[in-house]
Amino acid sequence: MIKRLVLGEAGIGVALVVLAGFFVIAAPNFATEQNLRNIMTQITLNTVLAVGMTFVILVGGIDLSVGSAMALCAVVSGTMMAGSGSVVTLVGAILVSVLVGAVVGWINGFVSEQWRVPSFIVTLAMLNVARGAAERYTDAATIYNLPAALNDFGTITLLGVPAVFWVALLLAGIGWFVLSRTVFGRLIYATGNNEEAVRLSGHKTSRIKIAAFMIAGLTVGIAAVLYMARLNIASPILGQGYELNAIAAVVIGGASLMGGRGSMAGTFLGACLLGVLTNGLLLMGVSDFERQIITGLVILVAVVLDAYRLRLARKLAVTQPATKEPVPATVAS
Amino acid sequence: MMTVTGLVKRFPGVVALDGVDLDIRAGEIHALVGENGAGKSTLVKALAGIHAPDAGTMTFDGVPYTPAGAADGLAAGISVVHQELALLPYLTVAENLFLRGLPRTAGVVDRKRLRADAARLLAEVGLDVAPDTPVERLGIAQMQLVEIAKAISTDCKLLIMDEPTATLTSREAGRLFGILRGLRERGVAIVYISHHLQEVLELADRVTVLRNGRSIETREMAGVTAPDLVRLMVGRDLAQEYPVKPPTEPGEVAIAVRGLKVAGFEGPLSFSVRRGEVVGLAGLVGSGRTEAMRAIFGADPALSGNIELYGEKVRIRHPKDAVRHGISLLTEDRKSQGLVLDLPISANVTLAKLRGLLLRFGQERSLSEDLGRRLHLRSAGVGQHVRTLSGGNQQKVVLAKWLNAGSDILIVDEPTRGIDVGAKYEIHELLLGLAAQGKALIVVSSDLPELMGVCDRILVFSRGKIAGEVARPDFDAEHILTLAYSGYLKNGETQ
Ligand SMILES: Nc1ncnc2c1ncn2[C@@H]1O[C@H](COP(=O)(O)OP(=O)(O)OP(=O)(O)O)[C@@H](O)[C@H]1O
Ligand SMILES: [Mg+2]
Repeated sequence: MIKRLVLGEAGIGVALVVLAGFFVIAAPNFATEQNLRNIMTQITLNTVLAVGMTFVILVGGIDLSVGSAMALCAVVSGTMMAGSGSVVTLVGAILVSVLVGAVVGWINGFVSEQWRVPSFIVTLAMLNVARGAAERYTDAATIYNLPAALNDFGTITLLGVPAVFWVALLLAGIGWFVLSRTVFGRLIYATGNNEEAVRLSGHKTSRIKIAAFMIAGLTVGIAAVLYMARLNIASPILGQGYELNAIAAVVIGGASLMGGRGSMAGTFLGACLLGVLTNGLLLMGVSDFERQIITGLVILVAVVLDAYRLRLARKLAVTQPATKEPVPATVAS
Repeated sequence: MMTVTGLVKRFPGVVALDGVDLDIRAGEIHALVGENGAGKSTLVKALAGIHAPDAGTMTFDGVPYTPAGAADGLAAGISVVHQELALLPYLTVAENLFLRGLPRTAGVVDRKRLRADAARLLAEVGLDVAPDTPVERLGIAQMQLVEIAKAISTDCKLLIMDEPTATLTSREAGRLFGILRGLRERGVAIVYISHHLQEVLELADRVTVLRNGRSIETREMAGVTAPDLVRLMVGRDLAQEYPVKPPTEPGEVAIAVRGLKVAGFEGPLSFSVRRGEVVGLAGLVGSGRTEAMRAIFGADPALSGNIELYGEKVRIRHPKDAVRHGISLLTEDRKSQGLVLDLPISANVTLAKLRGLLLRFGQERSLSEDLGRRLHLRSAGVGQHVRTLSGGNQQKVVLAKWLNAGSDILIVDEPTRGIDVGAKYEIHELLLGLAAQGKALIVVSSDLPELMGVCDRILVFSRGKIAGEVARPDFDAEHILTLAYSGYLKNGETQ
């Protein structure tokens, strides 16, 4: 039974509670309302990116370009809205950010499907291309005079929760709904599991996979806007390494990099876990370097536990809940 | 030499083995029969060391046998052909055959010897492919032969075969029987599982019947008849082996294929099927039937040729086009092409008909349960993951998927692969029922009696060409086999 708890679905949730409990005792000022809000703000961007990354990983892909693409979205959109007080311009610029993200995602998906190149390679190339494009776009300059309205949005709270975090919650909720309740979500899981069987059932799996990359692109575009809202700047060097944190959240959340297994709830908890860990260690005064080491180890433990769980499941031949969401959904209703 | 007593294996929600006694002697062929989900494969996996039993004992060669994994089984001298094929797709046939011990010279793999050894084994099982062919390019029957060759390549004391002939035609099966008899002479004990009772009658010395995870009875084969076996397996008599097709007046031409050419096969193929007709495709392994059907369905590109549906030319470039035009293809390999193993039964059943925006769980559930009942699906509920179903029950899920798609033109490739005698009858009846509703059916099967049982006409493929066509009144196994071989003879005289 203990094994069940440690290794099962609830494992990540339990780990999160234990970790938070530890920091409540060990880290001064961890358990304050203000710090809770800090954590929410800190995990916003990673949560948003991880939502999109979940789709990509579920179809068996990976997107290494999200950090650079985010910078590209930010500079294009930031240039457009800078110095303007008009709401129309602001909304237009936000839409442009999302659009740029979606286009980058489409290119990632299309190239890897059309020429059968692993998405690892395609998005690695895109990581460089997008970063270069962002630098070129602003001549490596940082954009400062972003609209005040945007900055306001980045600082206000609604019902005690930072507005930007509401956006992250909303996106995670939509992601959960799409994955567990829609035909498209079902096809995402099925394609990640056995693409050929899905194709031979009359579905264009290429389109499904490209759509997954576009969804990742959409979240990149949104994350770029949230970034500008919070920090009030747009810079071509922002977002470096963000892809790795997003992937880490998804993997800690129980997804398989082979595709077909994972869930939005897991991803969300994974992002929370990473955020709590970083925040708590900071408050404890752990140095940057040590924090990195610990974070790396946590990711490793998550993956090893996951592999162990799979092996254990195979051995016991337990009905393996491969997809956490569709299953209860099927059993319910 | 292998004695099993009171073996129990439980899975969550299912008792797969519920007290099995089995005693296998050296130098005998011991058949294991039972309905889908009776526990045959689970028993095999326990013997092989893959599943640890929850209770019961096994004794091998007089000593207690408690394998901790498949490696222990192999080390003890137990060689297994599992029901689900498990070759490495990107390695060559030769590499797959000798994965356990590649021939080496001074530490380096000796390619030449590897090829030669492989060629010898392949010749023995009658598989005509180059040892260097990557396994992913083989059809399912060819993969099955590779598995068989692999199993007999090791010196073993106990050889277990779980439905080795499910996809083989009589030619390859006959050769396999020869090999098995040879091994029996040498004192090897053989456990043989099959749903083809004729084979069991022909080959086995003794038979053990499993029902609901229990061993019902072990008998000497002498004097046992097919109806005896059926009664033991199913617990009742089966009136006849094949349902009788009500005579129907075939309607308009539903699908006409003209001049179809497929890569790697001679062709061109031309034929048509009318509404209400059941047309069988007979032929040897590798005669191009599967490839032709895949090209029609848009699964693989065709080199040339065109397809007319109800007199109108259509272009089918992707399975999606085919499904939209009301064509279904049940593929021969359920594991790699038919099923999403880690999704529940219900999700698999609806896969070919998923449209729209939202999933309808209630509907999905009720129609899966309904189809499951009609196909005698044995499961712990439609939420059970397909991976954990028995082989025959997985096949029923693929069938359910295409029945649910409701197409007017249904192509089924080995539809009853791995399905037990009782359920087979129901499935044939279901297929004939569809024909009676005016649907056009194409049945590809390695089981000639099955084709002769349910079809109106049989097209005989030989080396990628249609060597002849036989209508029901003239059905004659020998004639059909002659046609099937004709393309392989020097100057194809029989046409
Ligand atoms: N890993 C598993 N997890 C849960 N249930 C399982 C698992 N493996 C087998 N079962 C169940 O055990 C029962 C026996 O299955 P088994 O594969 O042994 O049947 P079988 O006699 O080989 O049938 P078939 O003729 O269809 O191959 C089935 O009800 C099956 O669903
Ligand atoms: Mg079986």
